[in-house]
Formats: sequence, C-alpha cells, structure tokens
Amino acid sequence: MSSSAVGPTSSFLADKKILGFSASCAQPSSFPCSPQLSTKRASNKIVSVMTPQQSERKPSATGALKTGMTMTEKILAIASEKSQLVPGENAWVNVDILMTHDVCGPGSIGIFKKEFGQNAKVWDREKVVIIPDHYIFTTDERANRNVDILRDFCNEQNIKYFYDIKDLGNFKANPDYKGVCHVALAQEGHCRPGEVLLGTDSHTCTAGAFGQFATGIGNTDAGFVLGTGKLLLKVPPTLRFVMDGEMPDYLLAKDLILQIIGEISVAGATYKAMEFVGSTVESLTMEERMTLCNMVVEAGGKNGVVPADSTTYKYLEGKTSLPFEPVFSDGGARFLKEYRFDISKLEPLVAKPHSPDNRALARECKDVKIDRVYIGSCTGGKTEDFMAAAKVFLASGKKVKVPTFLVPATQKVWMDVYSLPVPGSGGKTCSQIFEEAGCDIPASPSCGACLGGPRDTYARMNEAQVCVSTTNRNFPGRMGHKEGQIYLASPYTAAASALTGFVTDPREFI
Amino acid sequence: MAAISTVTPPTFNLSSPSRNPNSASLSSLKLASPDANPSIPSSRSLKLHRNSRFVTAAATSPSAASPAANPTNTFHGLCYVVGDNIDTDQIIPAEYLTLVPSNPDEYEKLGSYALIGLPSTYESRFVEPGATKTKYTIVIGGDNFGCGSSREHAPVALGAAGVAAVVAESYARIFFRNSVATGEIYPLESEGRLCDECTTGDVVTIELGESKLINHTTGKEYKLKPIGDAGPVIEAGGIFAYARKAGMIPSRDA
Repeated sequence: MSSSAVGPTSSFLADKKILGFSASCAQPSSFPCSPQLSTKRASNKIVSVMTPQQSERKPSATGALKTGMTMTEKILAIASEKSQLVPGENAWVNVDILMTHDVCGPGSIGIFKKEFGQNAKVWDREKVVIIPDHYIFTTDERANRNVDILRDFCNEQNIKYFYDIKDLGNFKANPDYKGVCHVALAQEGHCRPGEVLLGTDSHTCTAGAFGQFATGIGNTDAGFVLGTGKLLLKVPPTLRFVMDGEMPDYLLAKDLILQIIGEISVAGATYKAMEFVGSTVESLTMEERMTLCNMVVEAGGKNGVVPADSTTYKYLEGKTSLPFEPVFSDGGARFLKEYRFDISKLEPLVAKPHSPDNRALARECKDVKIDRVYIGSCTGGKTEDFMAAAKVFLASGKKVKVPTFLVPATQKVWMDVYSLPVPGSGGKTCSQIFEEAGCDIPASPSCGACLGGPRDTYARMNEAQVCVSTTNRNFPGRMGHKEGQIYLASPYTAAASALTGFVTDPREFI
Repeated sequence: MAAISTVTPPTFNLSSPSRNPNSASLSSLKLASPDANPSIPSSRSLKLHRNSRFVTAAATSPSAASPAANPTNTFHGLCYVVGDNIDTDQIIPAEYLTLVPSNPDEYEKLGSYALIGLPSTYESRFVEPGATKTKYTIVIGGDNFGCGSSREHAPVALGAAGVAAVVAESYARIFFRNSVATGEIYPLESEGRLCDECTTGDVVTIELGESKLINHTTGKEYKLKPIGDAGPVIEAGGIFAYARKAGMIPSRDA
C-alpha cells in the first residue's frame, strides 16, 4: 500500500485567494499547500517501490523559479492560463470536452437547471458530448426514460454531439447511436492531445491515452461545468511507469495494467497522475494504450497519460478537424515515484475476486473451474480485443466449454467483428471464428453486464457463478450477483479460459 | 457559523458572449435562487431536515453532548462499521442507478438502497427492508472508502438514508469530492483504524469542531483529522450553496 496517499481534505476550494482566509491543510501531504501544515500522518504501510522515492518539492522551489513540469501539470497549467503549476495547487481549468451518459446525465442536467435556471444554456453546445451507453437494451422504464431525458435536453440546447438511440429492438436502425462512451469518444475524434476532457464516469481516464488530461467527475461538478465550462481541480503529482522490453506475443495491455495495480494496490495512485512511458508503451496501438489508461482509476489514480506520438497522430487522421497542441513532460520534471518494468519477464495475469489488485499468475489459477466468460466493455470490448480473442480460438480450433458472451463496445466495433479478416485465418472474420468456437452471438453494443445493470441486461450474472471477464472491476456484486466471482483478465486469457472451462494461461494455445 | 468574507474570485472570461448570451465571467455568474424551482427541494432544505433530526437525538439521548452544542457541529447516534475498499457498487449497486438523484422521489428511494450491496457477511442490514432511512447516523470504514465508480449516487444514497458522516481511514478521490460538492455527508478521516475499534450499534458522538469521536459504548475517544476547508462547503449544503453564501456567485434575484 502506498504510504503517501495525499489527503483530500483541502482538495476543494482550498485556494487562499478565493476563500479569503488561510487554508488549514490537514492532509498528510508531501506537497506543502500552506505554511501551517498540521501533523503528517505517520506511515504504517509497506511501500512497494522499485526505485527510491524522490524528495519532496520544497516551498522555495515553487516560487518565481520556473521548474520543469510533468505533462499533467503542463496540460492543467495551459488550461488554467497559468505559466506554472505545481502538485497540490488548485486551479480553475477550462474544459475542452464534457461527456455524460444515460446514468449520470439526467442528474447532472437536473443540477444544471436548478442552479443556473430552467432556461439556462450550456457554456458551449459543441463541447458537450452526450452518449447513451449504460442501460440501453432493457425494458426497465426508468432506464428508457433516462435516454429520453438526454434527448429532450439535447434538443432544447441544440447539442451538437448526441449519439441517440430510439429503436431499442434493432441497434443498427439508429444511425447516430455509438455505444460505450469512452470508446465512442476516441472513435469520433473527441480525444485530442493536450486537452482537458471531463466525464461523469470513472473510466473517463481512458482518454489519457491520447496525451490529454481526462478524469471522472460527479453530477454536481458536471452541472457546474455545463454552466461555466470550468472546474476547480487540484494538480496531482505524477507517478511514472517506465515499461521497456519487447511485448511477448501472449501479453496484452490488460496484463500490463493488472501488473501495475497488483504492484501498487487499489489505493496506490489515489490523487495521483499515472504517466506511462518506455519502449513497450511506444509499441502499443491506440486501443492498447486506452486499455492501459482505462484502469488507472482502479489504482485510485486521478488520470493516466501516454505521451502523443506518430501512433496517436495516425489514429486521429480523419477523425478530428480541430487543431491540437501535444504536451510533453519537461526534462526537469519532478515525479513522485518511478517504477520500472521489464516487460519481457511478465506473464499473463488475472485479478482474482474480489479486487482489481488481487493479482495472480493465470497459470497458477488453472484449477479454478469457471462457469462463463465475458468479453466486452471499454476495457476489453474494442476491435483489437475481439481480434485477440479470435486469434486464440483460431489457434485452438476447438469449441468453448462454457457460455461465452461477446459484447462489442460500439457499433463500429460490432461491424469490425463482422467484417475485418483475422490474420492467419484465410479470410475469416471474428464473427465466423466465434461462431465456429460456439460463442454466443455478438450482442448489441453497450456497457452491458460489466456493471450488472437492470435485471434483464444481457449476460448479467444473476446467480453465484465464476466468470473470467475482460472488464475492469470485480468487487462483490459488480456483474450482478453478490456472491459472483469475477476474474479480470486479458482477451487472450479470457478466450483460453473459455476453451478449457478453467482459468487458463493463453500460452496453452498461442 | 464562521464568518465568511466576501471575496472577489479571480476574474476570467467564459465562452464568447456572441455564442452564448447567458455566459458571464465567474464573478458575476447568474445562478437561479434556490426558491426558483419549488418542485425541487434545494439541497439546503434537505440538509436542514437532517440537522433538525440530530438536534432531537442530541436532546433526548442520555449521553448527548451539552445542550449548548451547535447541532450542525455535533452528530450523535448509532454507528455502522464496514471494512476496507468499500466500493461504490457496494454502497449503491448499479441496478439502482436508473434513479435520478435530482428528482425528490427518486432521491428518497436511493436512500432505501444505501449499502444494500454489502455481502451477506454483514449481519445487520444498513436500511431495513421497506424503510427509506437508516437507524445508523454514522458509518465507520477502513481504507479507500468509496473506491470504484464516479457515481454521485453513492454519497447521495448515504445522505438520503440519513447518514450524517462517514469516518474512514482514507477515501477514494471521486467519492470524497462528490461528498463535498453535494454537501450530503461529511467525509471525515480518522487517525488510525476506527473500524477495528468500533462495533456496529455502538453509540457515538462526533464533535466536528474538536475533531473528535466519542464511542459511548466503549467509553473511548478518538482524534479525527480536521475537515478543513471542505467543512464550510458541506455545512452550506454543497458547492453551489456555498458559492452563493460566500458571495462568489450572486443569486439571480440579487
């Protein structure tokens, strides 16, 4: 467990200038936010680090001297029109994109209208992106009503980007509908290097893969942003994760992030930024980088970042017409801690029930009998995730031994699953390979059963079963049933496990 | 109540006036006054409802704080003890997220489901079946309370159920931020593991001003970390109410 969980007591409106009285910080902070700090909390936890902790930044170093900034600090400085920001400072940040969906949108809209007036207009109709994705294909009346609430608001406000769905019986009949918000944001070109993207969803941190500051906020904060286009944010210190070495062909980004979370625990990055660099990271595709940043929140992280590079720019070609300015950490930037990993030494992992940091080697869990496999979500339901699963099924040539649920994240992913040829298959598509392997038919794109949802949600766990899933959380009850046991894994490991009926290392097949 | 000086926040421009005629610099941000929408109870009135209940409890309980104690600074009642990493799915399972917190009826319903996601190893239910309020005013937790989702429904469900404060060893950041922004509950930090020291059903008092928790059942006292700047925000009823009260944001009728 990390010893330096920066205390949250002053994370809100603690700026002396705004409040007019001195901030009394009670936090056990490594970064002084006022001269009169109260007692530091004595650490009673073991810190698992691989390099020595860097010394804390002294007040004298934060004066008029320009210190190198990490890319997170820089993005926030630019967004708050300041020349310099240091961790611990609060700043009013201009928001480039605010995203909301069907679960938190209605509540955010309610607060916006109550606080700014029934006839108030959002700060910028082109910067609010509204994406129904959570509880879509259900007969739950309230869930359906929530999508209607979004539609009414978008009509009233003339919101430019609303990915609407009306025909719940046939997702393809809805030309605007996308699906899972974090994947849709990327695919529709709303993620741009150097920008600030906030969303009413914890996995908003996914967008950090594009070299931007992206984090999840609640309804009240979102209501505030809707009205003003700004939010008061505290600058997080950065943990740097350096990953070098050639990625073995049985590992995916999911294994990398499970390794990290297992290393630092579910609170190891609380209030911190996680920066991912190194030759391995540079070799990752955008979707893999998204998987990496997606689970930053599972370590408690505020945001994750991967520096933009040619891979990023290539992905963005044709997706966005807005100009962007990539931001990079300065050479003299100060990092709270640095972790180094030699990726070539890693093995496929799972997170055992009931915590994302309950790390174990997949091969050590080979005696765990499973009841089902779920491949989907913003974490593991993208095109490349399905390609990866198909690769394992193709290599095996056998049929799955347990029900295997496939939920493409977006319409585009669904179409890719049905149209893109899988390398080495002689022209077969993922869908054909899945069918031959006996998987369930790929479902309508949405968040699906990743978070359980209404009772009639496809693939919801309604009995106490054991599931290997490519999703992001496995706390009790996450996929529905409180006694359900969820093993988080990569698409490779999930597919391998489906073939044997036990938790299985994908090297059995690839 | 501490005097809050009216300070002019830093001025800056929001969106260009031509595109959005209702925009303004934050210093002159026009917000609706709380009474503009009588159908939606302001968070302030919801909070006062809870506070008045505390005054009653403090007055009738034999071991209550002195009658001169400020009711908004003293919380008294039974505590409910949970462990580490209580995530948002345990606080309010995802199937209940179709309830919209800004809708008063659904706000109450959310309260009835608070902590319903806890495993069956927890023998006492936090909210009795059929009830919308809990008999436990204070939740005591371990590390990383509120981890998981950004759903604001989590602190809202606890507040709607009648929780005055959570006392945990540490918090996940979005949960903490949402608690302050909504003003629903005080997210207090303990020094050490109170979850090991207290048992569900213990009678406790929290003296906010003194950053102290008293367990009347065991007779022990514990130091809490001061709530700091988050305190006035929660006391006012959340960030919008606080901003109005502090003069950062004038009301439309001003």
